[in-house]
Amino acid sequence: MSSPATLDAHVLDLAWGGVLYWLALGASALFLQARPGLLVRLIFPLGALGALFVAGIGVAGLLLPASSMVLPIGLPDLPFHLRLDALSAFFLVLLGAAAFGVTVHAAGYFRSMAGGPLALLAMWYHLFLAGMAMVLLADDAYAFMVAWEVMALSSYFLVTTDHKIAEIRRAGFLYLLIAHVGAVSLLLAFGVLQGGHGDYTFDTMRAAGVAPFWASAAFLLALFGFGAKAGLVPLHVWLPEAHPAAPSPLSALMSGVMLKTAIYGLLRVTFDLLPMQLGWWGTLALALGLVTALYGVIFAAVQSDMKRLLAWSSIENIGVILAAFGLTLIFRTEGKGELAALTLTALLYHALNHAFFKGLLFVGTGSVLHATGERRMGHLGGLIRSMPWTAWLTLIGALAIAGLPPLNGFVSEWLLLQAFLLTPGLAQPYLNMVIPVAAATVALAAALAAYVMVKFYGVVFLGQPRDPALRQAHEAGWPERLGMLWLGAGCVLLGLFPTQVIQWLEPVVRMLTGQRLPGIGNWLLLTPVSAGRASYAPLVFLAGMAVVVGLTVLWVRRVYHGRVRRSAPWDCGYPEQDARMQDSAEGFGQPIRQIFAVFMRVERETPDPFDRQPRYRGDSRDKVWLLVYQPIADATAWLSRQAGRLQHGRIQWYLVYSFATLIFLLVFAR
Amino acid sequence: MSTGILLQAAQTLLAILLAPLLMGWVNQCRAWLQGRSAPSIVQPYRALRKLFHKDAVLAHDASPLFRFAPYMVFASMALAAGIVPTLANDLPFSPAADVIALVGIFALARVFLALAAMDIGTAFGTLGARREMLVSFLAEPALLMVFFTASLISQSTALPVIVATLAHKAFAIHPSLAFAAVAFWMISLAENARIPVDNPTTHLELTMIHEAMVLEYSARHLALIEWATAVKLFTYSALGIALFVPWGIAAQGDVAALPLALAAMVAKLAAGGAALSLLEAVSAKVRLFRVPEFLGTAFLLAVLGMLIHFLLEA
Repeated sequence: MSSPATLDAHVLDLAWGGVLYWLALGASALFLQARPGLLVRLIFPLGALGALFVAGIGVAGLLLPASSMVLPIGLPDLPFHLRLDALSAFFLVLLGAAAFGVTVHAAGYFRSMAGGPLALLAMWYHLFLAGMAMVLLADDAYAFMVAWEVMALSSYFLVTTDHKIAEIRRAGFLYLLIAHVGAVSLLLAFGVLQGGHGDYTFDTMRAAGVAPFWASAAFLLALFGFGAKAGLVPLHVWLPEAHPAAPSPLSALMSGVMLKTAIYGLLRVTFDLLPMQLGWWGTLALALGLVTALYGVIFAAVQSDMKRLLAWSSIENIGVILAAFGLTLIFRTEGKGELAALTLTALLYHALNHAFFKGLLFVGTGSVLHATGERRMGHLGGLIRSMPWTAWLTLIGALAIAGLPPLNGFVSEWLLLQAFLLTPGLAQPYLNMVIPVAAATVALAAALAAYVMVKFYGVVFLGQPRDPALRQAHEAGWPERLGMLWLGAGCVLLGLFPTQVIQWLEPVVRMLTGQRLPGIGNWLLLTPVSAGRASYAPLVFLAGMAVVVGLTVLWVRRVYHGRVRRSAPWDCGYPEQDARMQDSAEGFGQPIRQIFAVFMRVERETPDPFDRQPRYRGDSRDKVWLLVYQPIADATAWLSRQAGRLQHGRIQWYLVYSFATLIFLLVFAR
Repeated sequence: MSTGILLQAAQTLLAILLAPLLMGWVNQCRAWLQGRSAPSIVQPYRALRKLFHKDAVLAHDASPLFRFAPYMVFASMALAAGIVPTLANDLPFSPAADVIALVGIFALARVFLALAAMDIGTAFGTLGARREMLVSFLAEPALLMVFFTASLISQSTALPVIVATLAHKAFAIHPSLAFAAVAFWMISLAENARIPVDNPTTHLELTMIHEAMVLEYSARHLALIEWATAVKLFTYSALGIALFVPWGIAAQGDVAALPLALAAMVAKLAAGGAALSLLEAVSAKVRLFRVPEFLGTAFLLAVLGMLIHFLLEA
């Protein structure tokens, strides 16, 4: 047992040890190819323990002052600089806590995979975890980019686990492409940030003091680079392809944690590395975030593949987080430090919440997929009866993400809306006009999220099974249940104890904004500004709910009776009822498709009324792909065709080219 | 404090117990306006009593979610009623949930009802759930914007503070509240399943929204849902009174003003109910896909109210 002082000195060593531990686990997985059972039962639980350890380091990092170290690895003269401060520590907690639940689930999920692919998967999985942790610890651009690439590449190999399916290969390619376009942009951003010193440590960048123009350039490059990773519209196209393609625990990690590393990077660059912040950055980020949130949730509502629906919902949540980021920037530059602290708290809280509920929902779909082999919502249904554990635990996630009290999604939404309400009196008059519209957009996105979740949960878990085989769907095993239980408990606890969580976020908020919240309240009552201004007490709320439900049940039973008779459903007396008469996923999304038709290109196949086997297909495509990416792809293809004309495969022509180039260079470039 | 707790309990119970009476009053007024002989004003109580006595009939496949949802809906509405000041501004429970949380409570009840409607897997259940969510995703943000306008004026999201600012401080004219009031009226119609958005008396398959969701419920479950619906109407009416015509609600600690507050509340509710039935008698239900237009208008009005606050009153 070490004393606090030694822990102080070694916490970063321990964090680095956590990374090494994951790397070692990944490597040792390769030696267990022949023993898939052992692989699943040993490597993943050990990995989960590592996640718990990393989360613990994060908690310690939040309490302790920042520490840094230099690792003599990498190129000569280019050692890795590591640093653990409050910001990295918070995201380490997020990574560790979410990864623990997901990895425990993975120990059950991958149990039926063959040895070879499983060993590779286990290796990439732990490499991915280590890469994410390294991104958070890196303190120079070189180490950051190496870790960033490790994260991107390992997740690419995880996305393409089922590489025999052409669609998944395509999704993987798209992911890799956009990840690298983003990475190039980040490289340029760091190049601008070092301000001509030729030294890429973050310390130099903090001291470089770049001019406003270059600061803006760096911010825009970083926004583009991190936006590409986070799924910012219009850079989001890879996300609904790649996240569903990966095995479910990986989807959970990518949506729940990897997207947050981009948020981490954005916060690090904007509030830590850049010497100044400009107001219009905030307006830009706010606008982009709101567009992303609305776009994401609209498309989530029209999806018919359950994992794709969740991927679009991740885009929405990233949009909300980015809107909070923009608002923080606006308040910061307007000199309203306390408000900046409030929005930043909402941002971090929402990031943490999203890691839990999106992780939970994705691993829940994983259990469904494992039990039924089906991702299309139109072929599922009624699973609450055959898979009660999965269904009830997923319900927590669905209610949380829909922003319902007293769960965690509501708290961060509540904090963000409170921030909107505190805005009057900003110096820029146009901001005073923008803020109400922004608040309305956030509210609309949140309400649509409830629509999406009712659709998701109702179609997959409730109703009649749309396929008779679903009645025999097997319940998830214990590791899977435990993983979901952890994530679900996280959703509940983060919702019930907001004051504690906010206190615990305080070091991060103080580090980035130099301010603290005007108030927090006591353990029961959350009052982020002042008691008269706004308050929320989830525990009292829950207690009130429980008391009323309890009293009502008792009263109904006591005064009347509890008699129940079972019969066929009534359904307005229609005699013929079958599972096909329920809303399909497309049917449930139809109103949204009709209202927001401008955003999408809808392809429909409708059956003939006399079809024996009627088939309906409705496909709503993203217009961004058609309007932005298709032209780029077409132009690239055209250019390569033109370049291809130069190449005839005849040596004479190539000699002529070389000769002409030589002449050209001799004449013009002497 | 003890008077506070007493008043809290009294107001919540009053809301729950009086809610069916308001429903009866609205039905009575509407019958008169339509030239029918009206049912008794206590008819909703009789209907509830009858339902509680019946045996519950559940579909074979009904899951525990289906049985639990009515209690959840009822509890949500009871809590909502406990937050809104009706007689007095002393509400010790109200710091637990402000107006944003109130919107959350309504959403919680709605999501549970929609999920329960999808649980049995009938065509009408899912249809009702889908339509209800369609109505709500437009109504909910609009309601939030109405609350925001009131909160911006009173610098607080706590309902007692809002009421105290609007009713007990110096009288001031807020043009933004006029917009918010119109928006709130439209939202209340939609959220309470009234004409022109939904028709509470219909069982015509093509038009029903709320009724389609509760088709499979019977006996005590149905009674709880019907009662919750009545409490919801009462809470919305009380909300409208608290936000737009709060005069008469007793200030904090002002016990002597309670009789007057009771009289004012009864008068305002009676007037509001009559106005609601008048509106229902003279308008027709709109087609489902005109509902987004109706609610979109409400949403825009509410946002406009907020903008006007920023422009004229900030």
